[in-house]
Amino acid sequence: MDIALEQVGYTYAAGTPFQKRALHDVNVRIPSGSYTAIIGHTGSGKSTLLQHLNGLLKPTAGRVRIGDTEVTKETKGKQLKPVRRKVGIVFQFPEHQLFEETVLKDVMFGPLNFGVQEEEAKARALRWINRLGLPEGTAEKSPFDLSGGQMRRVAIAGVLAMEPDVLVLDEPTAGLDPAGRKEIMDLFYELHEQRDMTTILVTHSMEDAARYADHMIVMHDGTDVLQGPPGEVFGDAERLAGWRLGVPRTVSFQRLYEEGAGLPHGPAALTEEQLASYLAAHLGEGGSAS
Amino acid sequence: MMEKMVFGRYIPGDSFVHRLDPRSKLIFVFIFIAAVFLANSTLSYALLLAFTLLSILASKVRIGFLIGGLKPVMFLIAFTFLLHIFFTKEGDLLFELGFLKIYEEGLRQGIYISVRFLVLVLMTSLLTLTTSPISITDGLEVLLNPLKKVKFPVHELALMMSISLRFIPTLMDETDKILKAQLARGSDISSGTMKERVQAVVPLLVPLFVSAFKRAEDLAIAMEVRGYRGGEGRTRYRQLKWDWRDTTALLILLAVIIALWFLRG
Repeated sequence: MDIALEQVGYTYAAGTPFQKRALHDVNVRIPSGSYTAIIGHTGSGKSTLLQHLNGLLKPTAGRVRIGDTEVTKETKGKQLKPVRRKVGIVFQFPEHQLFEETVLKDVMFGPLNFGVQEEEAKARALRWINRLGLPEGTAEKSPFDLSGGQMRRVAIAGVLAMEPDVLVLDEPTAGLDPAGRKEIMDLFYELHEQRDMTTILVTHSMEDAARYADHMIVMHDGTDVLQGPPGEVFGDAERLAGWRLGVPRTVSFQRLYEEGAGLPHGPAALTEEQLASYLAAHLGEGGSAS
Repeated sequence: MMEKMVFGRYIPGDSFVHRLDPRSKLIFVFIFIAAVFLANSTLSYALLLAFTLLSILASKVRIGFLIGGLKPVMFLIAFTFLLHIFFTKEGDLLFELGFLKIYEEGLRQGIYISVRFLVLVLMTSLLTLTTSPISITDGLEVLLNPLKKVKFPVHELALMMSISLRFIPTLMDETDKILKAQLARGSDISSGTMKERVQAVVPLLVPLFVSAFKRAEDLAIAMEVRGYRGGEGRTRYRQLKWDWRDTTALLILLAVIIALWFLRG
């Protein structure tokens, strides 16, 4: 399901002294089946943008196309529910949305709302609780008795149980320990691969963007300033610095090495593996860093 | 969603009204509210309205913004207006349509009450729009100080007030966030039967309470580790200053009240 934003603008509290323009003239296309990372400095409009992806916010200017549905400022709330079934959002700190007596019921909440039968919803919930690596017996516990990391997993299971076509992730691993981070990010990537699920990741971590995404959108000051594959986006560190963004550690290491060794800038090494083979190739030629 | 709400909001600015001491503003509004009930003739209501408009001008708050914020109250005003129009049966008959009879006195009373409402709401909104919540509680604490003699917990009350005021925007943001998260999970508050709508509030309220309690706990700990132990011997960073503006404002109010007294029918 393609998502496209055309000349989208959004202004908070229009017509009051608190008026604030959050987005202007955003033109973005998120191809079906892609893993798109949205990066940008704090206050660049990432979060506002992401709320347009399933009609939580309606643009005050322009339009958003989500599959066959078009959302403009006139769109009625009722038309948006089918869109929300197809586009699931994992918000920042999603554990704050837990409310049910048991984990099972909480995970079933989404599917039931979208008309899935009780039996099926239960089966789905159990499947996803298990898939997120929660210990046996968690389903019957109260979500408020779990640890922070486990609560996060339950909340994520609650969104995944809706089995959306598009999954939007807003800093899904903020505040988790490194091992948990990697586990969850790898799970999202696996789902993206296996289910051909369009995945949209809003993140501050350039490393995550570089490792997982195949398409990137750079936001600055309420509008999109750059779109393209990570190799291209991270190729020009100076331009990114102008938007107060950095490059992944691997790329900065690579650049340092290249400068030290007097080599021209090669294609950006997006992961540790790529960096390792890049270095191996160069060192193997008999050259050394010094 | 709640971004259009005006009542209880503060807009920083630098006008005559903004610079008044919170104590004088509080006293002013308090006396004004009482004085509104003195008015009983067309001229006296006109004076009240004119005075309110002048105060708004002096505060440099955009009138359009204030009027926009009146919308929630408008319903109440319209309702009382209609009540008076239809149920007061004195004076000349002005208009008749079937069983609907509108009398002169009814129309007059309706307008009077509406103006009274309008003036009260505008003045109190003006107070909160031009005074930061912290100044209001500071002012209130000082004004209530005499009550300490009868063991009334003035400082604690002021602290409670400033904490609640401080957390209103936070809780609103939080509500907005949770609401959106549940909407994204297909919860639907704006449609369905009454029962369904009430049920749809549960997923909103439970997380809100959980986080509010957590916040309260964090705040209590933060205050404790910074050695907070009540108002005893506590000094202030912001000193309240009473200057010529405050005296002037209260003198003007006095003049208005005297005028009101003479304009009474």
